[in-house]
Order: sequence, then structure tokens, then C-alpha cells
Amino acid sequence: MSNPQQLRYTKEHEWLTNPVDGVSTVGITEFAANALGDVVFAQLPEVGDTVTAGESCGELESTKSVSDLYAPVTGEVIETNQDVVDDPSLVNSAPFEGGWLFKVRVAEEPSDLLTADEYQDFSGN
Amino acid sequence: MNHAPPSSAPRTTALDAVHRALGATMTDFAGWDMPLRYGSERDEHLAVRTGAGLFDLSHMGEITVSGPAAGRLLDHALVGNIGAVAVGRARYTMICREDGGILDDLIVYRLGDSEYLVVANASNAETVLDALTARAAGFDAEVRDDRDAYALLAVQGPRSPGILKSLTDADLDGLKYYAGLPGTVAGVPALIARTGYTGEDGFELFVEPGHAETLWRALTEAGEGVGLVPCGLSCRDTLRLEAGMPLYGNELTTGLTPFDAGLGRVVKFDKTSNEGAFVGREALEAAAERAASAPPRKLVGLIAEGRRVPRAGYQVVADGAVVGAVTSGAPSPTLGRPIAMAYVDVAYAEPGTAGVGVDIRGTHEPYEVVALPFYKRQK
Repeated sequence: MSNPQQLRYTKEHEWLTNPVDGVSTVGITEFAANALGDVVFAQLPEVGDTVTAGESCGELESTKSVSDLYAPVTGEVIETNQDVVDDPSLVNSAPFEGGWLFKVRVAEEPSDLLTADEYQDFSGN
Repeated sequence: MNHAPPSSAPRTTALDAVHRALGATMTDFAGWDMPLRYGSERDEHLAVRTGAGLFDLSHMGEITVSGPAAGRLLDHALVGNIGAVAVGRARYTMICREDGGILDDLIVYRLGDSEYLVVANASNAETVLDALTARAAGFDAEVRDDRDAYALLAVQGPRSPGILKSLTDADLDGLKYYAGLPGTVAGVPALIARTGYTGEDGFELFVEPGHAETLWRALTEAGEGVGLVPCGLSCRDTLRLEAGMPLYGNELTTGLTPFDAGLGRVVKFDKTSNEGAFVGREALEAAAERAASAPPRKLVGLIAEGRRVPRAGYQVVADGAVVGAVTSGAPSPTLGRPIAMAYVDVAYAEPGTAGVGVDIRGTHEPYEVVALPFYKRQK
């Protein structure tokens, strides 16, 4: 599988876009989606919530398990993906595109975000 | 033969290369490296409900019991009336400890007048083998470890009879549910059994490991165009959960008797061999009485009103107190909602009981109490 070069990544298997007008889009990687199996429920943060880098801000339920969703950056959630709430399988079918999870107005980025190549090495794929 | 793995490396089945070529996600299950899923476990689940699914179940533990007293031995060692099973038929049964605790649930096939095939769960195969061997003392019968003698493939789902018919001359129409007969499938000698763990019509095929790949490929080819897909253990678990079938280690444990698990019907006190004596009889008689007069907890179904999924071990709550525990839980592909099996205090076990919830990581989510199973196929 290939991780898009223009994105940045976390060791919790989230991806985020470079900020546009201060806003980044966040999702989970294809590696994470495959490891989870079919996602059946996405509990996303609420619009207006402040999320903190590295802290849990939601949950993804799959057939076998539940996984925390970690915020890759600190900031205010300004939009969540209603399509994923309605059809969580988008996380599996299009993790880097239609399966995005939320948009955040970035207040602070951690210093340890990974490039695509670094994430590739980290996830061993 | 030594069955202890030489290292911590899990054992592989005769179909290991096939699974890898199919890109399966593998998982360690009871010491075996087994396919968890090939693609989407939800799609695999739905294929079994509407078309057909092909499973590798070679991790299951086969034990042959033979000899003039084979039936009497099994009547003594197991809770069922096994000596009375007709040749060519099978029985769901259990093996219990002297104190009535369940060691395993089993399917026993009567292959001949003096030959039975006992199929144990992979996780318990050694325990069952040891118990049967010990209990065989004094009986003119042989207990043989046949775990390496068989690969086990299952084809399950409404399209499975058609698929199998295209590969065998065996009389499948005459083969009833819980029956098994020797035959030839795709040129391969097989024990053809109409059994399964999915809640659908289907077959389990016991073959020599060396024939497993030939049979797998023939079934795959025969199922092309009628929706047969390879299926992993993940969907097997959700299929059996919807069908209300217990899983050893979840609903069944040594701490429970068959009566505690709502499966007292498998215990046959009226068997006539060995003067009616069998291992666990006294404890089970007491358990039967307790279950009838003052059952501690009952196994029930729970259906979520919301979308968060209960998992094994989560607490069932009502009126501000813990009233039970989830034993299995998953999102149900058929119902489209999370479901669970749980042991619940009798006061809360009636279908429709109000105010019952599951503590899902600190939040009490409302659940509806229902009778099992969640899913019953249309016949």
C-alpha cells in the first residue's frame, strides 16, 4: 500500500494534510484501516471541541475491537465527516480520501509528525 | 507423536499456502495460524447468509474412539446418550468434569457400529484427549489422537448444497442435518457431514491433509458464479453469535455446567448403559435442580439501541447495579446493530426487561433483552 507523499503521519496511524488557511484534515491510514477490519461505527469529536495532540478524541469500532482515535495536532474541530458517520465503511474503502474523519484549526503541531517515508518505515509496509 | 509445538511458533494447516496466496489476514488461534479474514469480514458474513462461504477449520481436534465398547465408553465419558446415536448420524454433546463443569462442547459422529469421531475445539483438544484416554480405563475401546489425520473444510450457506452436489455422487438430499457419510468429493475421499457453526445449511468435509488443497480448489471453482467466497474465523464468530451458538471460553467454561449455560438438554440422565452412571452425573443432577428452582443467572441476547459495541467481559447494568456480564459481543451484519450474549441475573433475563444496559467503557448504553437466537434461517 502506498501512503500519499503530501500527507504527514503519526505513530498512532493518523494522517493529516498540511494546513490550508490554518486548517488540516485528519484521517487514519490504510495500514490502520486494514488492521482494524470493517469499521462499523465512528465516534468523532464534536464540532467546536478542542482536541489535544496525542490524546484520544474519539473511537473507531470494528468487528473485533474498538480503537481510540488520537488527535494528531492540538486545535479546534471545525468539521466532521458526516458521510463516515453514516457509512463507516468509507474508512476502509477510501481511508485517504472519502474516509477522512475531521478538520481541525491547528493551534499547535507536535514536533514528531512523520513524513510518508518515515511512516512507511515505522509501519513496516 | 508429539503434538506440543516445538517452539512458540503457531501450527499451520495444510491450506496455509492457499491462504497466503489469497492475501488472508492471519491470526494466532489456539496455537494455530488461521485465516482471520480474506477481505471484508462483513462481506464474508453476508456471503454465508445469502450465498456460500468456504472455511478452513483444520485446527479442530479430531479424536477417533473405536472398539466393541466405544459407545459405552462415550456414554460414560460424555453427558449425551452416544451409544444410541445411529450409524451415520451425529450429536452435539459435552464432556464435563466430575463436578459438572464443562471441559468442552463436542460433535460426535458415529461412523460405524464400533467407531466414533469426536471433534473437539482446538483449544481443548489436548484436554479432551487426555480425559477420554483416562476415562477409557476398563473399557474395551481405543482412543486415538487423529488431529494430524484430518484437514477440515466447511462450505456453509444456502448455495452450499448445489455447490457440493456438482462435485459428488453422494446422496446429499438424503443427508439430514447432523448426519455424516463417507463419500468422494472432487475425487477425494471425504467424510461428508451436514453440520456447521453458522446458522445456515452447510457441510463439513473431513479429508486427508494431503487432499485439502485439491478439495479447496474444486470447491472454489464450483462456487464461482454462485457467490462462494473464502471466509475467515472473524465472520465465523459473528455468524455463530447471530445463531445463538455458544463458544467455549466465552459462554462455556469449566466454572459452568450445561444447565447454567441453558443447554441442560444435552445431558441425558436416562441413558441405560453403565447402569446410567457417567462422569459428572451427581453434580449435574444437582445443577439441574438448581437451574429449575433457583437459577443464578441466565444466558440471554442483548441488542443495542445505539451503535457502540459490547465486548466479552463488559458489565451488564440495571438499576445502578451490575446484573450480569457480556460473554460475546459484535456488530451484527444481519441486524445492522451491535449484539451480545450475556449471563444476566434472572430478575433481568426476561425478554423486554426495561432499563438494562451495558457499561461500555464507563457509559451505560441501553440494550434490549431478547431470547436467543438473534437469527434463524428460513427453511
